[in-house]
Amino acid sequence: MSDSQVITESAVNAAVESALAAIAAAADSAALKQVRTEHTGEASPLAKLNGELRNVAPDQKAPLGKLVGQARGRVNGAFAAREQQIVEAENAAQLDAEALDVTALASRYTPGARHPLTLLQDRVSEIFTGMGWEIAEGPEVESEWFNFDALNFDADHPARAMQDTFFIDPPESHLVLRTHTSPVQVRSLLDRELPVYVLAPGRVYRTDEFDATHLPVFMQFEGLAVDKGLTMAHLKGTLDHFVKSIFGDEAKIRLRPSYFPFTEPSAELDFWHPTFKHGPRWIEWGGCGMINPNVLRAAGIDPDEYSGFAFGMGIERGLMLRNDVQDMREMVEGDVRFSQQFGMVV
Amino acid sequence: MRVPLSWLAEYVDLAPGSTTEDVHAALVKVGLEEEDVHTFEVTGPVVVGEVLEFVEEPQKNGKTIRWCQVRVAPEGELAADGGPDVHGIVCGAGNFFVGDKVVVTLPGAVLPGPFPIAARKTYGHVSDGMIASTRELGLGDEHDGILRLSTLGVDAEVGTDAIALLGLDDAAVEINVTPDRGYAFSIRGVAREYAHATGAAFRDPALREDFAPAGTDGFPVTVSDEAPIHGNPGVRVFATRIVRNVDASRPTPPWMMSRLKLAGIRSISLLVDITNYVMLELGQPIHGYDLDALTDGITVRRAQPGETLTTLDDQVRTLSPEDLLITDGSGPIGLAGVMGGATTEMGAATRNVLIESANFDPVSIARTARRHKLPSEASKRFERGVDTRVAVPAASRVAELMVELAGGEAEPTGSLLGEPIVAEPILLPDGYVSGLIGIEYTDEEIRGSLVEIGATVDDADGGLRVTAPSWRPDITDKSDLAEEVARIVGYDRIPSVLPVAPPGRGLTRSQRVRRTVANTLAAAGSTEILAFPFLSASDNDKFGSPVEGTVPAIKVANALDASAPYLRTSLIPGLISAAKRNLSRGLTDVSLFEVGLVFTPEQGKRYGQAELPSGVARPTAEQLAELNAGIPPQPRHVAVIIVGNAVAKQPGVAAVPSGIADALAAVSQVGLATGATIDVVQGSHHSLHPGRTAELRVGDRVVGYAGELLPQLALDSDLPRVVAVAELDLDAILESTDAEIAAGVIGTLPAATQDLSLVVNRSVPAGDVLASVREGAGDLLEDIRLVDDYRGKGVEDNAKSLTFALRFRAPDRTLTAAEASEAKLAGSALATERFGAVLRE
Repeated sequence: MSDSQVITESAVNAAVESALAAIAAAADSAALKQVRTEHTGEASPLAKLNGELRNVAPDQKAPLGKLVGQARGRVNGAFAAREQQIVEAENAAQLDAEALDVTALASRYTPGARHPLTLLQDRVSEIFTGMGWEIAEGPEVESEWFNFDALNFDADHPARAMQDTFFIDPPESHLVLRTHTSPVQVRSLLDRELPVYVLAPGRVYRTDEFDATHLPVFMQFEGLAVDKGLTMAHLKGTLDHFVKSIFGDEAKIRLRPSYFPFTEPSAELDFWHPTFKHGPRWIEWGGCGMINPNVLRAAGIDPDEYSGFAFGMGIERGLMLRNDVQDMREMVEGDVRFSQQFGMVV
Repeated sequence: MRVPLSWLAEYVDLAPGSTTEDVHAALVKVGLEEEDVHTFEVTGPVVVGEVLEFVEEPQKNGKTIRWCQVRVAPEGELAADGGPDVHGIVCGAGNFFVGDKVVVTLPGAVLPGPFPIAARKTYGHVSDGMIASTRELGLGDEHDGILRLSTLGVDAEVGTDAIALLGLDDAAVEINVTPDRGYAFSIRGVAREYAHATGAAFRDPALREDFAPAGTDGFPVTVSDEAPIHGNPGVRVFATRIVRNVDASRPTPPWMMSRLKLAGIRSISLLVDITNYVMLELGQPIHGYDLDALTDGITVRRAQPGETLTTLDDQVRTLSPEDLLITDGSGPIGLAGVMGGATTEMGAATRNVLIESANFDPVSIARTARRHKLPSEASKRFERGVDTRVAVPAASRVAELMVELAGGEAEPTGSLLGEPIVAEPILLPDGYVSGLIGIEYTDEEIRGSLVEIGATVDDADGGLRVTAPSWRPDITDKSDLAEEVARIVGYDRIPSVLPVAPPGRGLTRSQRVRRTVANTLAAAGSTEILAFPFLSASDNDKFGSPVEGTVPAIKVANALDASAPYLRTSLIPGLISAAKRNLSRGLTDVSLFEVGLVFTPEQGKRYGQAELPSGVARPTAEQLAELNAGIPPQPRHVAVIIVGNAVAKQPGVAAVPSGIADALAAVSQVGLATGATIDVVQGSHHSLHPGRTAELRVGDRVVGYAGELLPQLALDSDLPRVVAVAELDLDAILESTDAEIAAGVIGTLPAATQDLSLVVNRSVPAGDVLASVREGAGDLLEDIRLVDDYRGKGVEDNAKSLTFALRFRAPDRTLTAAEASEAKLAGSALATERFGAVLRE
């Protein structure tokens, strides 16, 4: 190359044509980079022509400067346009190359599950805490005093013998595996200030044989309210609200006369729902009643001043009715497939 | 209690056409819950037939059959099956004669089984029906031959419907009787309850003017109770009657047999059947003695220590001084109210009968029945309370039936000791019932309901004075009266009113944390289980303590499974069983967890107490403290078990086998959920792999262990060799952790990051090195992580090179590289001081 060129229109045009051809021919960003160096770099013809502007006569500076400037502008414009084309094409190619079969990806997550009984227990607890009730708890190995005596089952009461109790060795320790959550009633009345509105969910024990409809270890929840002026209508209202909350607005309850030592009057709780598997019908779900005055007395509460109600239901039965579980044994075998049907939802 | 409808209808007007469902529906309204329905399951045509002739035909199998011609319809008329008046029937029995009236089940009939009858070819004939035995009809157990109607004292025209004749068309409703209602263990009681439910007319079978009054000149009876329980005499009422010259061989009539059968009582003999029949009818247990087997008069007394009695079931029973006995001159002849003795029972040879119709203390009977494991129809009634006024009518009713059915002669009066119990009147204040039930009852509703159940109601100052009827000893309090009013008027009248509780404080910390723990573990891939808490001693010993030895545990006295009588001291054995079950069902990668109570008595400490306070009033503070001190510790634990692969083989990913790292991941999840900083240190546990055990601490307190099971233990449990477990005491974690988190200032100035490689002996735990670097580097160190553990070329054989990534930040200035390096070297220096760590360049 010569050290000096004369700026002529043809020289400028030749440099431009050569640059545009090279830009158009660049296939990728590496080639384009090369083209940029060759046609716009310091050693490029256009750069040199631009350098020659120093040497032209003053009266030629303006027209020649315009000529070279427009030429450089055309080349730079073409370069930018080509660069954008190439980047877009390359990006598209990369995305195309990165495509994955989303149905065949390695999972970084193994599903686990809560047990539906504890989920249902949590759910029941939420309904009551939403009403301002608190959740009360007590020991599972319990003194007979809390499990029986304070609940108006004296030592010779036939109902006490009917409870199918697990006794702790030695029997004269008078400890049992609690047969119901009702001892928590007594503990709540002894420990808390009146009025008391508590729900006591938990495990209970009976010496029932283990089969599709009986478990020796199962879960109950017990409701207890003691206040001034509570009536059986309040019991019914509470149960009504509860079953509608958990089974939907179409659920209904019915009370039937019954007997429990710790309530008087006592009732069996039946409930009704249109979607029961074998057709809408009444199904027994627990016991309830107005707290027997003797139970209030055992907690040092004057039954002429306070009254209260209590109810108790089995969570397993709730799950069977609500979620159509057929065999109770599935609830305690620990087969992951059982809980995983529910995941975190009941 | 099973109630045959024909019997019920004798004492209350059943609505015409009432079915068992109708009767159940009525009874459930007043509190007698439906249990079952019992029928004979015999459907027609079943008729009375007369054996006209038969031919005996010996068979090759050694049997002889009779080919009988049996008249099953009056001559010239069609039989009930539409066939001829005489049917040819093959019969295998040989106990009948020409001219006998028998029960013929014609083709189309169905017997219990179900066993449909059809004409069929047998022994070379077409047998056009069957001659039935008592057992085939479902009426009794007799199957030695066919039923000859004459043996039941029955005669009827040929062709008569035998189903109606024998009472096989009757049905019984079975109801569940609650323990307060001894009264409902009688037809009398159920009939009255049915009347309450429906308003139908009730006729009290115990109120008959023709019943003989009691006298004092009957059979000599004395009562000598030297050990009354709770001060209550064992005998309240003791009535007797004597019936002479009975014919014990007479049959029990079919109407009585069918009612007893439906009621669930086996027919034994006429005399015994009569006593059972009256017990069912009136609720009064009856004992009949063979009068001639008695020696002198009867004395009722408590047993002497060591005394024995052979009861009717031929068991020799050693008696307790609390047992109430019936004795005569020969000694004990019966356990009062529970079971009679063998020596004086009525039998086929009995001519003269002494009827005992007594009322015993419920507590005494209940204790004796439980002590000797002899729950009987009698004890069941006495325990729940028998009407003390029904003893005399019941004795009369037995005598009446023995005269009528066994041809006896009743002595005109019996003897009677004791007085019916007179109930204490209860004051029912105005407004009490409405205030408890939540309905504004009218005075008429209250008074009317109480009168209807048989109570005496008088006006009193400020309310009513109510005396419960003798058959309702369960009514002792005004709340009992409130229940009676509520159920007679109807529970369906009670409105639904939602009470407003005072504002609550939501879940407790323990309750919240427990849920979060379970949710966190489940979200991280573990599945919650609920295991039974019953374990063997050896399972408890394996996991109840980190050191080998006997772990104190609570024992269940009456365990269902004798091999697992202890309550769990650890959740791990339950998880092992569940994991094993999953594997046996074909699953391979299993992660399970449980949150639950364990039972951890202290070594050598006795729990519970021999004497309990009374339940009638609030115990004193000292008594309550003592009760609570007697309850063994029951902390709440959480545990996990992980078996198989933590990550399954997948496209582009190799399987990652699980191990202690997965157990420690679960520990971290528990830490997150509880807000606790759970430190992991190298530990030891006799059931865990000696080199793969972590002790878990919160501060200085050990709160659990994580690790891999001893491989042999895993294999012995039918699990793979590597089984990761962790168990934490949630209560201990919460006790050792602040409930509230104090937030620090989050620095926003630029951080300086540096790596640090230290060479230490392989026996030095990385966690300890990390802790000393952290401590030495001081407050400028914001974060430190172990990023590499290199062993190999360039590092001595017994050494390892640990590389940590450190991030430094100052709260008030941008750190220079020199400041960060200085802090790093200070950390390194402390590791050098403690563990001889060498900085690796």
